[in-house]
Amino acid sequence: MKKIYILWLRQIKRWLRSRSRIIGSLAQPLLFLWALGYGFSSVFEKAGQGNYLNFLAPGIIGMGIIFTAIFSGIEVIWDRQFGFLKETLVAPMSRLHIMIGRTLGGATIATAQGIMVMFLAMLFGFRMEHWLSVFPAIGVMFLIALLFTSLGTMIASLLKDMQGFQLIMNFLIMPLFFLSGALFPLEGLPTTLSIIARLDPLSYGIDALREIFLGMGHYGLTVDLIALGSITAIFLWLGSYFFKKIQI
Amino acid sequence: MIQVKNLTKKFGDFVAVDDITFSVNHGEIFAFLGPNGAGKTTTIKMLTTLLEPSAGKVVVNGNDPVQSPDKVRRSFEIVFQDQSLDDELTAWENMEFHGVLYDVPKLIRKERIEQLLTFVDLWDRKDGLVKEFSGGIKRRLEIARGLLHHPKIIFLDEPTLGLDPQTRNHMWTYLRELNKTEGTTIFFTTHYMEEAERIAGRVAIIDHGKIVAMGAPDELKKQTETSSLEEAYLALTGKTVREETSSATDDMRNRHRIWSK
Repeated sequence: MKKIYILWLRQIKRWLRSRSRIIGSLAQPLLFLWALGYGFSSVFEKAGQGNYLNFLAPGIIGMGIIFTAIFSGIEVIWDRQFGFLKETLVAPMSRLHIMIGRTLGGATIATAQGIMVMFLAMLFGFRMEHWLSVFPAIGVMFLIALLFTSLGTMIASLLKDMQGFQLIMNFLIMPLFFLSGALFPLEGLPTTLSIIARLDPLSYGIDALREIFLGMGHYGLTVDLIALGSITAIFLWLGSYFFKKIQI
Repeated sequence: MIQVKNLTKKFGDFVAVDDITFSVNHGEIFAFLGPNGAGKTTTIKMLTTLLEPSAGKVVVNGNDPVQSPDKVRRSFEIVFQDQSLDDELTAWENMEFHGVLYDVPKLIRKERIEQLLTFVDLWDRKDGLVKEFSGGIKRRLEIARGLLHHPKIIFLDEPTLGLDPQTRNHMWTYLRELNKTEGTTIFFTTHYMEEAERIAGRVAIIDHGKIVAMGAPDELKKQTETSSLEEAYLALTGKTVREETSSATDDMRNRHRIWSK
């Protein structure tokens, strides 16, 4: 337990010390909120869908989380390169615990990043129905963060270096984000897109956030939570499975 | 303490360690010598659960690193050849992290961290971030970290590389003391032959993945009819300089070095 805590603490300390990274990862969500949120608001409203910024905000929170979470997972590659991974791998603790400590750390950071985006969105005019919904929302954010940190760890265990990084960015993170319904409503989509959105775990996360914040969702909160919870469990398992296989 | 039998490691077609057999006794100081790329580090990685052997059997402190890695990990401490510190943490935090992972009780941990950081002359820099340290200072910190908990076996992979003579002396004095008082088995590699001659009870010389000679330094000198271990070593391994192939990791480190300038 203590060992997991110190692994978690290490991630947090590293994060708090890299101010540039914190600000850097807020820039992109900010741009999306500002350009899309204001840009599409009149069209969205004319189409009878209501306030676009309110609709968009949960999607952008999800975006902040998924980017940070996957990167935190992928940090294993950096640790491998700069030797620190060896230090943890020869320590007398199970690989599963190492993976859990790291993943909890990464997920905490990603959640914090999501919360910051949430407050930023409020500055832009995002209004939730009731402020108390912040608490269940943070819970859902943490689930999303956990899911994608495990995914990142899994990828990192399979890659030897950062060469494949661009590939991951373009063929994994971007599609996961754009096809998740973060930017558009999931109602009345063409069949293919609707199926893809259903396969994208982030869809359920963002849908759950919309349900909690605004009381409007597509799949319904129960489905969202079941889907999110089970995918997170599977990914955690897969992540630790691949992490155990790491050889240096 | 360590038994190795017919140990082999292949990376694709390349045989890094080729059917080696040796053993190290309890309380022994054992040096593993050989040119660059001879297979020293690969062997250490297999002994310390980081790599799985392609063939052969290893027993460390009565346990097999493949079957019961956790038990093996509990029995040793290792100082790696290349850096393994966290750059974004301070010297003290790196020590603390290590102490917690190795179950060193809180009070002993606190006391020993202070003692060891003072020992390597880093106590006044304990709150400095590792990334601001020079190579030599990082090395000293790694040595101090490696001595934090007192295991049954200490592996040191070229521990004195880049270390100033003062710290080098200090370190060996400390290790010998540990060897004497606690019976710690010490397994190390080095390129400094006089160091091996002075410190080690027995040495093994490995070349192209095979052990070419093993025994006390004096025996090796007699065997090759030379007057120092260095000459004996050269007589056994030849004088050609070895080529090293660089791995993806090395490439990336280089790139990082270029970009961070």
